[in-house]
Amino acid sequence: MGRTLSEKVWDDHVVRANAGEPDLLFVDLHLIHEVTSPQAFDGLRLAGRQVRRPDLTLATEDHNVPTLDWDKPIADPVSRTQVETLRKNAEEFGVRLHPLGDLDQGIVHVVGPQLGLTQPGMTIVCGDSHTSTHGAFGAIAFGIGTSEVEHVLATQTLPQAKPKTMAVTVNGSLPDGVTAKDLVLNLIAHTGTGGGQGYIVEYRGAAIEELSMEGRMTICNMSIEWGAKAGLIAPDQTTFDYIEGRPEAPKGADWDAAVAYWSSLRTDDDAEFDREIVLDASEMTPFVTWGTNPGQGVPLGASVPSPQDFEEESDKVACEKALAYMGLEAGTPMREVAVDTVFVGSCTNGRIEDLRLAAEVIRGRQVAESTRLLVVPGSVRVRLQAEEEGLDVIFKEAGAEWRGAGCSMCLGMNPDTLSPGERSASTSNRNFEGRQGKGGRTHLVSIPVAAATAVRGTLSSPADLD
Amino acid sequence: MDKFTTHTGVGVPLRRSNVDTDQIIPAVYLKRVTRTGFEDGLFAAWRDDPDFILNNPVYAPGSVLVAGPDFGTGSSREHAVWALQNYGFKAVISPRFGDIFRGNCGKAGLVAAQVDEKVVQRLWTVLEDQPGASVTVDLESRSVRAGEGENAVEDSFDIDDYTRWRLLEGLDDIGVTLGHESDIAAYEGRRPSFKPVTQHA
Ligand code: SF4
Repeated sequence: MGRTLSEKVWDDHVVRANAGEPDLLFVDLHLIHEVTSPQAFDGLRLAGRQVRRPDLTLATEDHNVPTLDWDKPIADPVSRTQVETLRKNAEEFGVRLHPLGDLDQGIVHVVGPQLGLTQPGMTIVCGDSHTSTHGAFGAIAFGIGTSEVEHVLATQTLPQAKPKTMAVTVNGSLPDGVTAKDLVLNLIAHTGTGGGQGYIVEYRGAAIEELSMEGRMTICNMSIEWGAKAGLIAPDQTTFDYIEGRPEAPKGADWDAAVAYWSSLRTDDDAEFDREIVLDASEMTPFVTWGTNPGQGVPLGASVPSPQDFEEESDKVACEKALAYMGLEAGTPMREVAVDTVFVGSCTNGRIEDLRLAAEVIRGRQVAESTRLLVVPGSVRVRLQAEEEGLDVIFKEAGAEWRGAGCSMCLGMNPDTLSPGERSASTSNRNFEGRQGKGGRTHLVSIPVAAATAVRGTLSSPADLD
Repeated sequence: MDKFTTHTGVGVPLRRSNVDTDQIIPAVYLKRVTRTGFEDGLFAAWRDDPDFILNNPVYAPGSVLVAGPDFGTGSSREHAVWALQNYGFKAVISPRFGDIFRGNCGKAGLVAAQVDEKVVQRLWTVLEDQPGASVTVDLESRSVRAGEGENAVEDSFDIDDYTRWRLLEGLDDIGVTLGHESDIAAYEGRRPSFKPVTQHA
């Protein structure tokens, strides 16, 4: 029987397999940031261990860095200590670091692909659950905890039980104005937040093949939001074109050898998945969340649901709790929900294509009086590219705030947070209680919806602006 | 890591599903560079609520948390496990755990015992009828026990064999892997040369 894409990549990384034990997998690339690594380096020191492969390790600063005054010392002393600890550890253990102020600083999942370090057929891990982003290139990429970060630093491997395989086949084409973000929010509402648990998911079908690399990254990024171990997409010409010429892409004969290998990374026709989900993209519309997990979403044209709409008792209770937290009345049209802050950014939607799309909607318009729009590029290179294209001017003229690169309001660890009761439309990936600040209320949206919402002040799509 | 065989302690019924790691410990508490002191951030948003279960003195010394399905979903932050441990929890019981959280528990030595949803319901009943009652989590026999008489609960829990073995032995995972150093070196020897590196000689 044939093998699926993820089985092929998995098999190529098994260092050691023994019945009754998890496989020992080799890690091709280990990405590191300031928040989940200090205790791992401490562990190494305590045991007198070294980083086995500094040449397969890359660090950047993103979660805890300011997006204002980023060229000055970090004001919060606790944040500063954490960032400085990463710098000391990188220096002591010989790890390449792109610190604040460096051209290649930015969100770790934006930086890897941008440098060309993320390539098909790799295993990539990072102490961050959205590592699944890199699966867009046909890599097995997943988030790990700090103990595992230490394990990879010391051994360049991880013991891993082999997950089951799932295919999500998305037929048809996305209608105009409907994006990869809408697609994945749709999918999660369909499966629930635990629907992918225990699986590596391969996204396939015409709608996936038609996506740009940015769109594919948005989809794979949110694999973790429905519980999947990882999500990946078979590499194709779109993938190769994206990688070619990037600083760390293979060159010359290596490029040819790499492309030959990458081209073999497809699910065989006679391979079988443990589970399959089929969706039709042509029926999809802009999708937004109303609740406190990414599975609690509806089409933008729908209304806030009522607990009575759910069959299961636990779903009724969850709906009731979410409505209370979100300060929403059942039956309110989503389009009437007024938003205080719009956040454009994160590893889900903070790449150059996202900023271009947002600017296109914003151009010549003004941010609503009662609303603030925060635009945070995913990396310094994204910021510079956007400035070269004049996107920053479009945003600033509309009344938006143009910031430095980082995770920012995606997780509210730096000063970019919501106040209690403040409502956001956010292009990030999590609408958990308090995710963007204690008491903050988050609606997950696509880039066009975020931009249109900033202009109208209530949840909207660009079609509502005409 | 300390060995874990069995633990008996005050059970805390947390009647919530989908408790993600942002709720276990919000990001603003993740700035420390140690593995200790995170108890201050544990369930931070709920701790001001006088009705929150851990604010009840009977449950406050709890060491076995009994939670609804999908506990520990979301962010990979191992700080969530440390916060529970720093507070005093030795085991968490739930019908379903977030993958990364469960992995982190296994590495850090917190037992994540997966049981049937009905077992959680019955444990909640026992712990609410008899506040301060103990729950036993026995890793050797993979069973949970609580209560007495008619309402007594005794059932099995799931945990993968490898994690159970390491917890019972108190083994350092890295030490185990380094025992396979020659396998790692052999693998490195046959890795294709076109694979990217972050540093160039
Ligand atoms: S942008 Fe958000 S989801 Fe992405 S790495 Fe940063 S905190 Fe995590």
